[in-house]
Amino acid sequence: MSDLLIENGRLVDPSQGIDRPARLLIVGGVVAAIDPSDADIPEGCQRIDATGCIVAPGLVDLGVELREPGSEEDETIQSGSDAALAGGFTSILCTANTEPVIDSPGAVEFVRQKAARANGVRVHVIGCLSRQREGEQMAELGLLAEAGAVAFSDAPRPIANDALLKRSLDYCRMLNRVIFDIPEIPELAENGVMHEGQVSLTLGLRGLPTEAEDLAVARDVRLAEATAGRLHVGPVSTMGAVDMIRRVKSREIAVTASVCPHNLCLLDTELRSYDSRFKVHPPLRSVRHVEMLREAVADGTIDAIQSGHRPRSREKKMNDLDLAPFGAATLETTLSTVSKFMIDNGILTWSAAIDRLSTAPARIASIPGGTLAVGSLGDVVVIDPNATWRVDAAEFRSNCISSPLDGHELSSRVTHTIVGGVVRFQA
Amino acid sequence: MSEADVIDIAFPENWHRRHLLDLESLSAGEIQILLDTAQKLKELTGGCRNKLSLLAGKTLANLFFENSTRTRNSFSLAAKRLGADTVEFSSGGSSVAKGETFVDTAKTIEAMGVDWVCTRHLTPGTPHLLARELRCSVINAGDGPHEHPTQGLLDMLTIRQHRGRLDGLTVALVGDISHSRTARSNIWGLSKLGAHVIICGPPTLVSPRWQELGFEVAHNLDAILHRCDVLNLLRIQFERQRARPFPSVHEYAALYAMTGARMRRAKDDILIMAPGPINRGVEITPEVADGPHSVILEQVTNGIAVRMAALWLLSGAQDALNSTTQVEPLHYV
Repeated sequence: MSDLLIENGRLVDPSQGIDRPARLLIVGGVVAAIDPSDADIPEGCQRIDATGCIVAPGLVDLGVELREPGSEEDETIQSGSDAALAGGFTSILCTANTEPVIDSPGAVEFVRQKAARANGVRVHVIGCLSRQREGEQMAELGLLAEAGAVAFSDAPRPIANDALLKRSLDYCRMLNRVIFDIPEIPELAENGVMHEGQVSLTLGLRGLPTEAEDLAVARDVRLAEATAGRLHVGPVSTMGAVDMIRRVKSREIAVTASVCPHNLCLLDTELRSYDSRFKVHPPLRSVRHVEMLREAVADGTIDAIQSGHRPRSREKKMNDLDLAPFGAATLETTLSTVSKFMIDNGILTWSAAIDRLSTAPARIASIPGGTLAVGSLGDVVVIDPNATWRVDAAEFRSNCISSPLDGHELSSRVTHTIVGGVVRFQA
Repeated sequence: MSEADVIDIAFPENWHRRHLLDLESLSAGEIQILLDTAQKLKELTGGCRNKLSLLAGKTLANLFFENSTRTRNSFSLAAKRLGADTVEFSSGGSSVAKGETFVDTAKTIEAMGVDWVCTRHLTPGTPHLLARELRCSVINAGDGPHEHPTQGLLDMLTIRQHRGRLDGLTVALVGDISHSRTARSNIWGLSKLGAHVIICGPPTLVSPRWQELGFEVAHNLDAILHRCDVLNLLRIQFERQRARPFPSVHEYAALYAMTGARMRRAKDDILIMAPGPINRGVEITPEVADGPHSVILEQVTNGIAVRMAALWLLSGAQDALNSTTQVEPLHYV
């Protein structure tokens, strides 16, 4: 493992309140010093000149579908890992909706081994909350935790069974694991393909009503309060969800929330094209919801921004809107989307953006990362904040080339992604 | 009918559409062109009974992924009345049943050399998707609950023939607005040409969002009846509903069916319309459906005229496109 010095950059580390020019030294895969003296820099140390760039803790994603095993046409652990690195992520949490599902220690081990072979991003496993993801019986959560699962969820399926969620929140207190829930009442959302509103009305498309999300969040936070369990809801997309989360946070209930970058910048009017690349979940909402989501990210009501990477193969997305699955490739555009739509217009500072994309998600998942404190993992992203680029989904490293931001001009670009002191991606 | 009459139909200079996907995106002027052309073609074909050779050598493909009798036959007849050939396709027993996507099916049919694809599908937006993928003209013959533009046009043509205008008339669309493609095409078409549209039905079938869009919404038919020049009674689309939106058919009929008793409280010259198929006793009683105010069968006749107009106009725009050396990209219109 080589040693690495990143110099001439602007170090942004919200975990330590740092935003200033600084040198960062990584030795043996861990952060050895900020602004080391020349004498402390090992001989033969690799150097990265980060002039004009931001040096920040590597990004952490709270929920990525890797689709392997079972749906390798959508994504493999290797292609997902490559895409994550290109997007500046150093750690991702992968969801359990594979075939077979990840509800056994053996399945966790499979992902970990494949990820090790991919030799890219750190892949943490979200285990199934219920056996076979059927939403009835708890999976063997203790054994899954022992095998390395860092959180539990039936995502992208919501946990519809109230009693199961309550029992699981209770049970997981002893495991110190967080439960992720996709907030949606299935009966209210049945067969919906887009945000229910004026646009869906005129297009004749079945809607996903906001109350389907609002009611689910209300139930989730009430059960989290009742059990004192650790709950993360997200991605969220509605004003009602934000309102509810804001209220419970003032009562110090252990609930956190996340949002997807495309829900911060695109509107349901995109579906006027009837293009399935805009069929994402949660759906693109109307402008009032988008504005409130932006405010909630800015004031910290929404803790984290997650990519919402849900890759689906081209042949699946080619179908008509009813048959095309929800999903898009977003790992490679997340940082630049946040830069363009949240930083460039003054809603977030770089420090706050790195907090939502790295520090907060690592804290929520209780995994290492999200900081460049001395002694922490040498997981770093170097970003050129002055770069601009046009998204061409055909060039994605992901197997999925369906992107709601395809063709958009975005700002900032990842120049280096460093995992454990090793440069794993370089633009 | 002589060929000299045919030459009288000058192709309108300000018609440039290659596809007919919906009425929402059409201008009032474009809708007028369609109606005027339909009227002219109806006259030239002697009420849609005689044949012209306007579109000889061209081919219409009917791609129906959903059942249809009247619309499919109407399009076929319209094409044949203008001298075109037709190809019929339905999804049952086809390659779609073998797993082919409808886009690939449409491309295959197009490759056989067709000039228009007329499509009906359960999912909104499918004609728009085909318009991006195909080179030929695409006509929407109904995409789920989204739009059915030729139905909207034939309804408007029928009203115009009886009243001489649309501007200033009050037209109530009664029934299952939520699941009705006819309703949406009527709403956009009628309002663009100056009619006052009332959208009437129970709240579970009439979204309050129509009010946000500037339309009058009513839940009590009896309260608006005296103001209406036209009632368009839309079928309850039981097959598209996820859950029954009213307690019983009996209750629905009591509140919204057009009956003889209601006719006596309506304007003397009210027009009764229905896009069909009608559910006698649910939206309309037999005495009204078959009564002197009903123009239901005239709507059917006008359907052929409207579809002839659509085929001819789209064909002209397509020919104009093909005659240019630089072909524009196929963007969504």
